[in-house]
Amino acid sequence: MRFLAEVVISLKPVVNDPQGLTVRAGLHQLGFTEVTEVRVGKQIALEVEGDSEAEVRGRVAEMCERLLRNPVIEDYRIELRPSPAPVPGPPAPPA
Amino acid sequence: MRFGIAVFPGTWSERDCARAVEVAGHDSVFLWHRDRDLGGSDCVILPGGFSYGDHLRTGAIARFAPLMESVQEFAAGGGLVLGICNGFQILCEAHLLPGALTRNASLEFRCETAWLRVETVGTPFTGACEPGQVLAIPVSHGEGRYVAEPSVLDRLEAEGRVAFRYVSPDGSPVGDASPNGSMRDIAGIVNEGRNVLGMMPHPERAAEPLLGSADGTRIFLSVASAVAADTAFAVVR
Repeated sequence: MRFLAEVVISLKPVVNDPQGLTVRAGLHQLGFTEVTEVRVGKQIALEVEGDSEAEVRGRVAEMCERLLRNPVIEDYRIELRPSPAPVPGPPAPPA
Repeated sequence: MRFGIAVFPGTWSERDCARAVEVAGHDSVFLWHRDRDLGGSDCVILPGGFSYGDHLRTGAIARFAPLMESVQEFAAGGGLVLGICNGFQILCEAHLLPGALTRNASLEFRCETAWLRVETVGTPFTGACEPGQVLAIPVSHGEGRYVAEPSVLDRLEAEGRVAFRYVSPDGSPVGDASPNGSMRDIAGIVNEGRNVLGMMPHPERAAEPLLGSADGTRIFLSVASAVAADTAFAVVR
């Protein structure tokens, strides 16, 4: 089976996020004064083959621990769902 | 003595480092990221740059290079490793040093002279400095804000492992003039064994008077005297 795993990487709450503060200032400038906090993170989308959701979730968690996030400053969250039918890939490059 | 200078795709400071080593009167050899041989180096430099395009996180990919396996072993055996800028980022990602380097508080890439106070001369990288000496050495980075858990910072301070701190030119606290907003104004740290140093500023860019400052030479000369004084540093190759 093929799964679509979305890994959301966010800065730990204790880590100062100057990017978030700048975005918040921009939103305030645009009149969105109701915004009290902005944190900027990143999202990594993976297509993964596996037999079960539990197995894939475990593997993706391992990927997060070993490479995708930096445990000193980042937290992560995994969202997993069966991938839709595979779409045809790009044409093979000429030999 | 011989400095080995690592070259990853995207490294750009290796030639500046080689020049600084030459000015200090020593030899250097470039170490390609795919090789494992450290070329008989007494000290390995991980120079500045944007290894692997800074993809994912700065330094995150470089730590998987074959060369880094050898560097890890070398460091574990007491070999001297000097990480400058991107090299510091790589050392943190490789868990050879604690903490992490994050986006500058200003969100700007800062390329300017910084003043560093030597916080300890009890390392092989600072032995040729005077205690409390202020060195003029440029920074050149967008992600150099040192962060770590308060307990880690306390430990670094208690064990005298903060090598350099950003200060004002007169040696007083840098305050808002910090180039990156590092916690406790930390510019460089050493590991527990004191044989691995990571620093964001570029000593190789302050290696001769023509460059505006020759203060960076102290780092290279310190390493050379440490190696000359204690051959144990050079045993593991």
